[in-house]
Amino acid sequence: MSLGSSHATGTPPTPGADLPEHPDLLWRDTEPKRTYDVVIVGGGGHGLATAHYLAKNHGITDVAVLEKGWLAGGNMARNTTIIRSNYLWDESSGIYEHALKLWEGLEDDLGYPILFSQRGVLNLAHTLQDVRDSVRRVEANKLNGVDAEWLEPDEVRKVCPVVNTSTDIRYPVLGATYQPRAGIAKHDFVAWGFARRADEAGIDLVQDCEVTGFTTDGDRVTGVRTTRGAIGAGTVVLCAAGHTSVLTDMLGIRVPIQSHPLQALVSELLEPVHPTVVMSNAVHVYVSQAHKGELVMGAGVDSYNGYGQRGAFHVIERQMAAAVELFPVFARAHLLRTWGGIVDVSPDASPIVGRTPYENVYLNCGWGTGGFKATPGIGSALAHTIAHDEPHPLVAPFSLDRFVTGALVDEHGAAAVAH
Amino acid sequence: MQLIACPWCGPREEVEFHYGGQAHVPYPDSPAELSDEEWALYVFFRDNTKGRFAERWNHTTGCRRWFNAIRDTTTYRFESVYRLDDPKPPVTELARSRRSTAP
Repeated sequence: MSLGSSHATGTPPTPGADLPEHPDLLWRDTEPKRTYDVVIVGGGGHGLATAHYLAKNHGITDVAVLEKGWLAGGNMARNTTIIRSNYLWDESSGIYEHALKLWEGLEDDLGYPILFSQRGVLNLAHTLQDVRDSVRRVEANKLNGVDAEWLEPDEVRKVCPVVNTSTDIRYPVLGATYQPRAGIAKHDFVAWGFARRADEAGIDLVQDCEVTGFTTDGDRVTGVRTTRGAIGAGTVVLCAAGHTSVLTDMLGIRVPIQSHPLQALVSELLEPVHPTVVMSNAVHVYVSQAHKGELVMGAGVDSYNGYGQRGAFHVIERQMAAAVELFPVFARAHLLRTWGGIVDVSPDASPIVGRTPYENVYLNCGWGTGGFKATPGIGSALAHTIAHDEPHPLVAPFSLDRFVTGALVDEHGAAAVAH
Repeated sequence: MQLIACPWCGPREEVEFHYGGQAHVPYPDSPAELSDEEWALYVFFRDNTKGRFAERWNHTTGCRRWFNAIRDTTTYRFESVYRLDDPKPPVTELARSRRSTAP
């Protein structure tokens, strides 16, 4: 735009007239109908993915996704986007590897760029016990068809030259597990891609619609009460992550999860220096570099229960100390932003998926600090579960009743990350 | 960092404390008679309240003693602290304007 020309003609320019047209909206902002076959509570990654696969794989499109805020504005907008499947136990590697395979074809499936970058993940070992656990996990991964290697410190240095592999630090790097197919994706694009596809299939994505109660008839839920009116439901699916307990309390169902703040942060934009994803349990931090150039970091949850979507600064401080110990080159990087989400942590650090005491209510929660990587996997498995009214084999081990039977999937420490 | 008022030591920084989860969860009276469901409820299931929550804290790097607190899990503000042998205060809707007990 030239100020000179508009001055010359005497017509003041319309502000923004030189800008391109607003792009097409990716989904309709719909009014809820009075009733749906399936009502999904929670318009985050898992809810949107479930909606997409209900339509795509099962032809079920009389579906509403109810979101109390804006679409994908909770943990889906707040995670550190790490995708991997190198979990120890068969049950976990089953669902996460299923997810990783779907990630590998997701851009085509959604017809939308998601910047999925398989740059590999290193899980560092700093103690003899770390080394033993890591080697064991690598062998378990191989048996489950998950790509995994054990790397000695000099090999770690080749994969990621900025990691401090000197021997004179407090927790020297004794090696690492490496999953080359792991990586990162652009979380917002993932959510938008799923939302667009679900919308195209005729599924209603209803924002600003908080569930305030349920109407029940014996062992069935007949509908939900919301801030946008009552909505009848054939089947109800709870995908509300950190707010699951608020919903299950309304239903009188007890679920063994605790909601904690989980913080993450980014640095200012930097030249590409960090080619992979590095996670460390002992020096607790995980770091990758986003496409735009920020270093993206996260660590463990704040210790206390919290629904505040923010945490305490001393947790960030410890995270930074860990990051600088592992990556001395980051010492002068500036912190740009920190934020928090609310994660629903279960007693065995594994998700809780499947049936509830109500015969038409399905539960999907307890993903704790690691739900993003599962997004397409749980979406497809949950859609299958709803369509067949029978838990998909990949989610069957994660039933609520495992806390009574004792068949836990204990991924504390075994999952390659502390929870 | 917020200050937490230890009932014995007074206000100290949050990093001196260790979180102990929900308070007032008594050990079962007759453990041998519990069903699997009842054991599961005692071992794994805790309230996950959004709002005022009665919970346990330990002053780990101070007097190393446990105490209870009422804290709002949405604002993280401590409403009150009390000793383990004190009765649970009535937990009602939190007055949003009330300040933390920590000075």
